[in-house]
Amino acid sequence: MKFITANFSALGYLAIFLSIFSCSVVYAEGGKLSALNNPKWKEECGSCHTAYPPRLLTAENWQRLMEGLNKHFGANAVLDTKDNKEILDFLQRNAGSGINHSASSLRISNTPWFAREHREISNTTWSNPLVKSRSNCIACHVNAERGDWSEHDIRIPGVKKRDDD
Amino acid sequence: MADTPASLVSGYAAEASKTQPGFIPSAQRGQEFFTKEWGVSKKMPDCTVCHGKNLKVDGKHVVTDKRIDPFSPEVNKERFTSLKKVEKWFNRNCTEVVGRECTAAEKADFIQFVSKGV
Repeated sequence: MKFITANFSALGYLAIFLSIFSCSVVYAEGGKLSALNNPKWKEECGSCHTAYPPRLLTAENWQRLMEGLNKHFGANAVLDTKDNKEILDFLQRNAGSGINHSASSLRISNTPWFAREHREISNTTWSNPLVKSRSNCIACHVNAERGDWSEHDIRIPGVKKRDDD
Repeated sequence: MADTPASLVSGYAAEASKTQPGFIPSAQRGQEFFTKEWGVSKKMPDCTVCHGKNLKVDGKHVVTDKRIDPFSPEVNKERFTSLKKVEKWFNRNCTEVVGRECTAAEKADFIQFVSKGV
Protein backbone atom coordinates (compact mmCIF):
# COMPACT_ATOMS: atom_id res chain seq x y z
CA MET A 1 0.00 0.00 0.00
CA LYS A 2 2.83 2.32 0.92
CA PHE A 3 4.43 1.60 -2.40
CA ILE A 4 1.26 2.53 -4.26
CA THR A 5 0.90 5.76 -2.30
CA ALA A 6 4.47 6.72 -3.08
CA ASN A 7 3.90 6.04 -6.72
CA PHE A 8 0.71 8.02 -6.71
CA SER A 9 2.33 11.02 -5.14
CA ALA A 10 5.12 10.89 -7.70
CA LEU A 11 2.47 10.94 -10.40
CA GLY A 12 0.74 13.77 -8.57
CA TYR A 13 3.91 15.84 -8.60
CA LEU A 14 4.37 15.06 -12.25
CA ALA A 15 0.82 16.22 -12.99
CA ILE A 16 1.38 19.45 -11.06
CA PHE A 17 4.67 20.04 -12.82
CA LEU A 18 3.10 19.41 -16.22
CA SER A 19 0.17 21.71 -15.55
CA ILE A 20 2.52 24.52 -14.49
CA PHE A 21 4.66 23.92 -17.52
CA SER A 22 1.73 23.93 -19.94
CA CYS A 23 0.36 27.12 -18.35
CA SER A 24 3.64 28.86 -18.95
CA VAL A 25 3.47 27.83 -22.59
CA VAL A 26 -0.08 29.12 -22.94
CA TYR A 27 0.84 32.46 -21.42
CA ALA A 28 3.85 32.98 -23.64
CA GLU A 29 1.80 35.29 -25.86
CA GLY A 30 4.35 35.50 -28.66
CA GLY A 31 4.72 31.74 -28.68
CA LYS A 32 1.01 31.15 -29.20
CA LEU A 33 1.24 32.56 -32.68
CA SER A 34 4.67 31.37 -33.60
CA ALA A 35 5.00 27.78 -32.44
CA LEU A 36 3.93 26.40 -35.80
CA ASN A 37 5.83 26.14 -38.97
CA ASN A 38 5.40 24.71 -42.42
CA PRO A 39 8.03 25.61 -45.02
CA LYS A 40 5.54 25.80 -47.89
CA TRP A 41 3.17 28.05 -45.94
CA LYS A 42 6.05 30.28 -44.96
CA GLU A 43 7.42 30.54 -48.47
CA GLU A 44 4.18 30.87 -50.41
CA CYS A 45 2.16 33.05 -48.06
CA GLY A 46 5.24 34.91 -46.91
CA SER A 47 6.47 36.04 -50.31
CA CYS A 48 4.01 38.96 -50.64
CA HIS A 49 3.11 39.55 -47.01
CA THR A 50 3.80 38.19 -43.56
CA ALA A 51 2.83 34.53 -43.39
CA TYR A 52 -0.14 35.11 -41.12
CA PRO A 53 -0.52 32.60 -38.29
CA PRO A 54 -3.22 29.97 -38.98
CA ARG A 55 -5.11 30.59 -35.76
CA LEU A 56 -6.06 34.10 -36.87
CA LEU A 57 -8.87 32.78 -39.08
CA THR A 58 -11.28 29.88 -38.82
CA ALA A 59 -10.96 26.68 -40.85
CA GLU A 60 -13.97 27.72 -42.93
CA ASN A 61 -12.43 31.14 -43.64
CA TRP A 62 -9.14 29.57 -44.71
CA GLN A 63 -11.00 27.20 -47.00
CA ARG A 64 -12.76 30.04 -48.78
CA LEU A 65 -9.59 32.10 -48.92
CA MET A 66 -7.50 29.31 -50.44
CA GLU A 67 -10.26 28.58 -52.98
CA GLY A 68 -10.06 32.15 -54.23
CA LEU A 69 -6.34 32.71 -54.65
CA ASN A 70 -6.79 33.75 -58.27
CA LYS A 71 -8.51 36.84 -56.86
CA HIS A 72 -6.74 37.30 -53.58
CA PHE A 73 -7.73 40.78 -52.36
CA GLY A 74 -7.18 42.11 -55.84
CA ALA A 75 -4.04 40.10 -56.60
CA ASN A 76 -3.43 36.87 -58.45
CA ALA A 77 -1.80 34.53 -55.95
CA VAL A 78 -2.73 31.22 -57.52
CA LEU A 79 -0.91 28.05 -56.45
CA ASP A 80 -0.82 24.60 -58.00
CA THR A 81 -3.35 22.14 -56.61
CA LYS A 82 -0.86 20.13 -54.57
CA ASP A 83 0.74 23.13 -52.84
CA ASN A 84 -2.66 24.68 -52.26
CA LYS A 85 -3.88 21.53 -50.53
CA GLU A 86 -0.78 21.17 -48.37
CA ILE A 87 -1.03 24.75 -47.19
CA LEU A 88 -4.80 24.58 -46.64
CA ASP A 89 -4.38 21.40 -44.58
CA PHE A 90 -1.77 23.12 -42.43
CA LEU A 91 -3.93 26.22 -41.99
CA GLN A 92 -7.03 24.22 -41.12
CA ARG A 93 -5.23 21.90 -38.71
CA ASN A 94 -4.10 24.93 -36.76
CA ALA A 95 -6.99 27.28 -37.43
CA GLY A 96 -8.72 29.45 -34.86
CA SER A 97 -12.39 29.06 -34.00
CA GLY A 98 -15.39 31.16 -33.13
CA ILE A 99 -16.60 34.53 -34.32
CA ASN A 100 -13.57 36.29 -32.87
CA HIS A 101 -11.44 34.80 -35.60
CA SER A 102 -13.94 34.98 -38.39
CA ALA A 103 -14.56 37.70 -40.98
CA SER A 104 -16.93 37.52 -43.93
CA SER A 105 -14.38 39.60 -45.88
CA LEU A 106 -11.73 36.96 -45.05
CA ARG A 107 -9.46 39.78 -43.93
CA ILE A 108 -7.77 39.06 -40.61
CA SER A 109 -7.86 42.80 -39.97
CA ASN A 110 -11.67 42.63 -40.00
CA THR A 111 -11.94 39.97 -37.30
CA PRO A 112 -13.18 40.99 -33.84
CA TRP A 113 -9.91 39.64 -32.43
CA PHE A 114 -7.84 42.00 -34.58
CA ALA A 115 -9.99 45.00 -33.70
CA ARG A 116 -9.69 44.26 -30.01
CA GLU A 117 -5.95 43.67 -30.07
CA HIS A 118 -5.35 46.87 -32.02
CA ARG A 119 -7.95 49.09 -30.31
CA GLU A 120 -5.26 51.41 -28.97
CA ILE A 121 -3.77 52.11 -32.38
CA SER A 122 -4.64 55.60 -33.60
CA ASN A 123 -5.73 56.55 -37.10
CA THR A 124 -2.53 58.60 -37.35
CA THR A 125 -0.52 55.44 -36.91
CA TRP A 126 -2.60 53.46 -39.40
CA SER A 127 -2.11 56.14 -42.02
CA ASN A 128 1.59 56.58 -41.32
CA PRO A 129 3.45 55.79 -44.59
CA LEU A 130 5.81 53.60 -42.57
CA VAL A 131 2.84 51.43 -41.58
CA LYS A 132 0.96 51.78 -44.85
CA SER A 133 -1.32 48.78 -44.55
CA ARG A 134 -2.87 46.58 -41.90
CA SER A 135 -1.26 43.69 -43.72
CA ASN A 136 2.18 45.10 -42.98
CA CYS A 137 2.63 43.43 -39.59
CA ILE A 138 6.39 43.97 -39.44
CA ALA A 139 5.95 47.75 -39.49
CA CYS A 140 5.30 47.41 -35.75
CA HIS A 141 5.80 43.73 -34.89
CA VAL A 142 9.44 44.05 -35.80
CA ASN A 143 10.33 40.40 -35.24
CA ALA A 144 7.17 38.87 -36.70
CA GLU A 145 9.12 37.40 -39.59
CA ARG A 146 10.96 35.31 -37.04
CA GLY A 147 7.66 34.29 -35.51
CA ASP A 148 8.00 36.62 -32.53
CA TRP A 149 4.76 38.50 -31.86
CA SER A 150 5.46 39.32 -28.25
CA GLU A 151 4.26 42.71 -26.97
CA HIS A 152 7.81 43.50 -25.97
CA ASP A 153 8.82 43.49 -29.61
CA ILE A 154 6.35 46.10 -30.78
CA ARG A 155 7.79 49.38 -32.08
CA ILE A 156 5.14 51.70 -33.45
CA PRO A 157 6.54 54.18 -36.00
CA GLY A 158 6.13 57.74 -34.73
CA VAL A 159 5.15 56.58 -31.24
CA LYS A 160 7.61 56.52 -28.36
CA LYS A 161 7.80 53.07 -26.84
CA ARG A 162 5.71 52.94 -23.72
CA ASP A 163 7.58 51.79 -20.64
CA ASP A 164 6.62 48.34 -19.55
CA ASP A 165 4.14 48.41 -16.71
CA MET B 1 16.68 23.52 -58.21
CA ALA B 2 18.46 22.14 -61.20
CA ASP B 3 17.53 25.06 -63.43
CA THR B 4 19.73 28.04 -64.23
CA PRO B 5 18.95 31.38 -65.88
CA ALA B 6 20.67 30.13 -69.06
CA SER B 7 18.76 26.84 -69.13
CA LEU B 8 15.47 28.65 -68.63
CA VAL B 9 16.24 31.13 -71.42
CA SER B 10 17.08 28.30 -73.82
CA GLY B 11 14.00 26.32 -72.81
CA TYR B 12 11.68 29.26 -73.43
CA ALA B 13 13.56 30.17 -76.62
CA ALA B 14 13.11 26.63 -77.96
CA GLU B 15 9.40 26.86 -77.26
CA ALA B 16 9.19 30.30 -78.87
CA SER B 17 10.96 29.15 -82.01
CA LYS B 18 8.14 26.68 -82.69
CA THR B 19 5.91 29.61 -83.60
CA GLN B 20 8.65 32.09 -84.49
CA PRO B 21 11.32 30.18 -86.46
CA GLY B 22 14.81 31.58 -85.83
CA PHE B 23 13.78 33.25 -82.55
CA ILE B 24 16.76 34.70 -80.65
CA PRO B 25 16.29 36.02 -77.09
CA SER B 26 16.80 39.77 -76.80
CA ALA B 27 17.75 41.54 -73.58
CA GLN B 28 16.70 44.80 -75.22
CA ARG B 29 13.15 43.55 -75.76
CA GLY B 30 13.23 42.13 -72.23
CA GLN B 31 14.07 45.55 -70.83
CA GLU B 32 11.26 47.19 -72.81
CA PHE B 33 8.89 44.56 -71.43
CA PHE B 34 10.12 45.18 -67.88
CA THR B 35 9.63 48.95 -67.99
CA LYS B 36 6.52 49.06 -70.16
CA GLU B 37 3.44 50.59 -68.58
CA TRP B 38 0.71 48.11 -69.31
CA GLY B 39 -2.02 50.13 -67.65
CA VAL B 40 -4.05 47.03 -66.81
CA SER B 41 -3.77 47.09 -63.04
CA LYS B 42 -4.18 50.42 -61.26
CA LYS B 43 -1.90 49.53 -58.40
CA MET B 44 0.58 47.59 -60.51
CA PRO B 45 0.84 49.30 -63.89
CA ASP B 46 4.32 47.88 -64.57
CA CYS B 47 6.93 45.50 -63.18
CA THR B 48 9.04 48.23 -61.59
CA VAL B 49 6.43 49.39 -59.06
CA CYS B 50 7.31 46.33 -57.00
CA HIS B 51 10.68 45.22 -58.36
CA GLY B 52 12.23 48.70 -58.67
CA LYS B 53 14.37 49.91 -61.54
CA ASN B 54 17.67 48.73 -60.07
CA LEU B 55 17.72 44.96 -60.44
CA LYS B 56 20.51 44.53 -57.93
CA VAL B 57 18.73 45.91 -54.90
CA ASP B 58 15.63 44.81 -52.98
CA GLY B 59 12.21 45.62 -54.31
CA LYS B 60 9.14 46.36 -52.23
CA HIS B 61 5.61 45.08 -52.74
CA VAL B 62 3.56 48.14 -53.64
CA VAL B 63 0.50 47.06 -51.65
CA THR B 64 1.93 45.35 -48.58
CA ASP B 65 5.42 46.90 -48.40
CA LYS B 66 6.92 43.43 -48.12
CA ARG B 67 10.57 43.30 -49.12
CA ILE B 68 11.28 41.49 -52.40
CA ASP B 69 14.67 39.91 -53.02
CA PRO B 70 16.73 41.52 -55.81
CA PHE B 71 15.88 40.43 -59.32
CA SER B 72 19.41 40.01 -60.56
CA PRO B 73 20.84 36.47 -60.23
CA GLU B 74 24.22 38.16 -59.88
CA VAL B 75 23.32 39.25 -56.37
CA ASN B 76 20.48 36.81 -55.68
CA LYS B 77 21.72 33.31 -56.36
CA GLU B 78 18.29 31.76 -55.93
CA ARG B 79 16.74 33.76 -58.75
CA PHE B 80 15.78 31.70 -61.82
CA THR B 81 16.83 28.35 -60.36
CA SER B 82 13.44 26.63 -60.42
CA LEU B 83 11.23 26.40 -63.50
CA LYS B 84 8.24 25.70 -61.28
CA LYS B 85 8.77 28.87 -59.30
CA VAL B 86 9.47 30.95 -62.41
CA GLU B 87 6.28 29.66 -64.04
CA LYS B 88 4.27 30.38 -60.91
CA TRP B 89 5.38 34.02 -60.86
CA PHE B 90 5.03 34.57 -64.61
CA ASN B 91 1.53 33.17 -64.40
CA ARG B 92 0.51 35.38 -61.49
CA ASN B 93 2.26 38.57 -62.50
CA CYS B 94 1.57 38.43 -66.22
CA THR B 95 -2.16 37.98 -65.73
CA GLU B 96 -2.11 40.74 -63.17
CA VAL B 97 0.19 43.33 -64.74
CA VAL B 98 0.13 42.49 -68.44
CA GLY B 99 -3.48 41.36 -68.40
CA ARG B 100 -2.82 38.02 -70.09
CA GLU B 101 -0.38 35.12 -69.94
CA CYS B 102 3.08 35.92 -71.25
CA THR B 103 4.44 34.18 -74.31
CA ALA B 104 7.49 31.93 -74.26
CA ALA B 105 9.30 34.58 -76.31
CA GLU B 106 8.56 37.28 -73.73
CA LYS B 107 9.75 35.01 -70.95
CA ALA B 108 13.01 34.22 -72.77
CA ASP B 109 13.64 37.92 -73.48
CA PHE B 110 12.83 38.87 -69.93
CA ILE B 111 15.16 36.38 -68.23
CA GLN B 112 17.85 37.24 -70.75
CA PHE B 113 17.54 40.90 -69.75
CA VAL B 114 17.48 40.31 -66.02
CA SER B 115 20.38 37.87 -66.00
CA LYS B 116 22.61 39.37 -68.69
CA GLY B 117 21.61 43.02 -68.84
CA VAL B 118 21.46 45.03 -72.05
